[in-house]
Amino acid sequence: MLAFIGRRLLIAIPTIILISVFVFTLQKLLPGDPVLVMAGEERDPEVLAYLREQYRLNDPIIVQYFTWIGNALRGDLGISLRTQQPVLELIRQKLPVTIQLATMALIIAIVIGVPAGVLSAYKKGTWIDWVANIVALSGLSVPNFWLGIMMILLISVQLGWLPASGYQPFSDDPLGSIRTMLMPAFVLGTGIAATLMRHTRSAMLSVLSSDYIRTARAKGLAERVVLVKHALRNAMVPIVTVTTLVFGELLAGAVLTEQIFTIPGFGKLVVDAVFNRDYAVVQGIVLCTGVAFIFMNILADVAYRILNPRMRDE
Amino acid sequence: MALKKNLALALAFGLAAGAVQAQDLRIGLQDDADALDPDQGRTFVGRIVFDSLCDKLVDITPNLEIVPQLATGWDWSDDGLTLTMALREGVVFHDGTTFNAEAVAANIDRSQNLPESRRKSELTSITGVEVVDDMTIRFTLRAPDATLMAQLSDRAGMMISPTAAAASGLDFALNPVCSGPYSFVERIQQDRIVLERFAEYWNADAYHFDTVTFLPIPDTTVRLANLRAGDLDMLERLAATDVASVRGDDALETAQATSLGYQAMTINVGNGDRANGPLGQDARVRQALSVAIDRDVINQVVFEGVFAAGNQAYPPTSPWYNAAYPVPKRDVDAARALLAEAGFADGVDITVQVANNPVQQQVMQVVQAMAGEAGIRISIEAKEFATLLADQSAGAYQASQVGWSGRVDPDGNIHQFMTTGGGINDSGYSNAEVDALLNGARVSNDTADRRAAYYAASDILMQDLPIVYLYHPVWIWAMEAGIEGFTAYPDGMIRLAGVTLTE
Repeated sequence: MLAFIGRRLLIAIPTIILISVFVFTLQKLLPGDPVLVMAGEERDPEVLAYLREQYRLNDPIIVQYFTWIGNALRGDLGISLRTQQPVLELIRQKLPVTIQLATMALIIAIVIGVPAGVLSAYKKGTWIDWVANIVALSGLSVPNFWLGIMMILLISVQLGWLPASGYQPFSDDPLGSIRTMLMPAFVLGTGIAATLMRHTRSAMLSVLSSDYIRTARAKGLAERVVLVKHALRNAMVPIVTVTTLVFGELLAGAVLTEQIFTIPGFGKLVVDAVFNRDYAVVQGIVLCTGVAFIFMNILADVAYRILNPRMRDE
Repeated sequence: MALKKNLALALAFGLAAGAVQAQDLRIGLQDDADALDPDQGRTFVGRIVFDSLCDKLVDITPNLEIVPQLATGWDWSDDGLTLTMALREGVVFHDGTTFNAEAVAANIDRSQNLPESRRKSELTSITGVEVVDDMTIRFTLRAPDATLMAQLSDRAGMMISPTAAAASGLDFALNPVCSGPYSFVERIQQDRIVLERFAEYWNADAYHFDTVTFLPIPDTTVRLANLRAGDLDMLERLAATDVASVRGDDALETAQATSLGYQAMTINVGNGDRANGPLGQDARVRQALSVAIDRDVINQVVFEGVFAAGNQAYPPTSPWYNAAYPVPKRDVDAARALLAEAGFADGVDITVQVANNPVQQQVMQVVQAMAGEAGIRISIEAKEFATLLADQSAGAYQASQVGWSGRVDPDGNIHQFMTTGGGINDSGYSNAEVDALLNGARVSNDTADRRAAYYAASDILMQDLPIVYLYHPVWIWAMEAGIEGFTAYPDGMIRLAGVTLTE
């Protein structure tokens, strides 16, 4: 297992280098001049020239890339053109927020999605299956921003149960932090729950029709044992795949949800950075989420091997 | 809900009898501020934060008159080349540094010479700064500068602690130290900026909140929902479409002021190849476009009649507005006649770029429909703002729907747009007579002379129309009904002197 993880980590290195090249070149291809955006309404040519020089925007792109990657390897991701804050510090500020939101959303999604999928596969063709499918389909179809605004209007404005938006660090006030995150996590979680439910259902359906399940039942095992111990465990591989992919996506930021609930996470940061052509911030975050994504994939591969011993020999 | 809140408060204070609640004012902003350094700042919301954080040499009244703040009085020499200011005694910066003439000199030096300073162009006229005595400062000017006092009433006149500025350099923005009524506590990017009451402020009695928290909430609906839910006490830039609903709510109230800025269509008349079309080359086509538009309709359709229709660089309420050119009534026949006279009886096709946000696109769709009836067929090109700006600056456009946030002095709304080679003259307009008039208005301290120059310039500009003005936004604030003493200013700032909140 250790050798496997080591191999995967080695393969990750060229992937990360590729990501860095892509991020860097793609955003240089964007139209728009960061210095012009930075200058705002006052456009003093002298200041514009100075800023171009200062942020090395006049250098050839290759030189710019190697300067950036060289600094990045030394742990310096540069400074935000917009606010003068170091990018690394911005990431340090946002990462816990995003991880908390992603984790809470995923917990809500798993708690709703997996049991619903198991149940609807087990009761295939009955009204339970239909209801679960309709609910899942609505979860997928309802846009996050609409659900978010409706929840704010109902739960915060009408009922006054939860704060409408904002964020409190978990370390300052765990309960308050969970309260502010509950609505956004629910909005995000319902969409994911629907996806999870659909995948769980189809995985369970294929497992439930296999021979060993019939054998297990023939042996006289209790239905609950058949379902949870034999069927669900084998159906877990595709569920784990979907879950880690979704978690990776969430780490890149849930832009709309963060915007509506004003959560200072990666999504809002990166969108603002793109609009302001704040290159250093965009590069830093994409690199960071790219690494997180790779790491999540390695975790998923490890999880497969724990769940399914047959995969350990590969 | 108020009852529930009161009960909860009563319970909380039952445990700590005698404790006084620290009152926090929470203000919802449309965007997150940029660098919190008056010399580097460039955003509108940044200026709102500065208003509580940093005092300026002078301030303005709602009628745009200049009044004392850190300077208690001032004197112009007869030739308009020296400005002597008496400074306020007993003022300290948030770090304890004393405010005096040396501090003013250090601030002007930083604004003029810090390489990153965005204030250079605002202070170009100052060539010398002399510390006359501890509490008197004298500025020597290259030429008379009518705009200087207005500049000193904004970021260029904000005084930061010279001690902190020297110690932190560019990092000043991360921990700004000024002398305003509130001092900096913390900032979490895109989440909040917290300020606390500065007990040693020279006018501390006028400020009633212990802390002020600015919360950037870009979505207007969500910003209002936060106010309704009691998570905000006040917000800026309420959507015009929400005004009626807020006015119908007893728990809330609104305040509004016509802004100093405008929204317009900038026409490329001389900025590269794209100027070579009927619209860029023939003023009659631009006149036809202007007269084909019913500006009141734009205001009614897009802004529920809350904004102000306009046709000049200043709103009709401004003392600089030339009443000889009132907002034109729509006249489709006149527009067609102008087109025919220019040789385009069959109409013209033009492309207008616009920022890809719903409101500005809606404005252009209304214009498109009206202009179309007069034979001016507009294709709308929606662009993301950074791209739009770059294309406009480079001349890669025919017409561009953009605006200007407005300045206290009229010069700021017109000079850099209309003079040859002006910093923001993206239309590439050049007219020697206009240059002479606008340059002249800049160096005169006589209001009547200046007004005459601006009126004379408008005689030409209303014919040439390098910019077709459409409307003037109105700043709309919404707040809890318990807020008293708030004054709406046309610069859109939030000044907290005298503002109280009764829950």
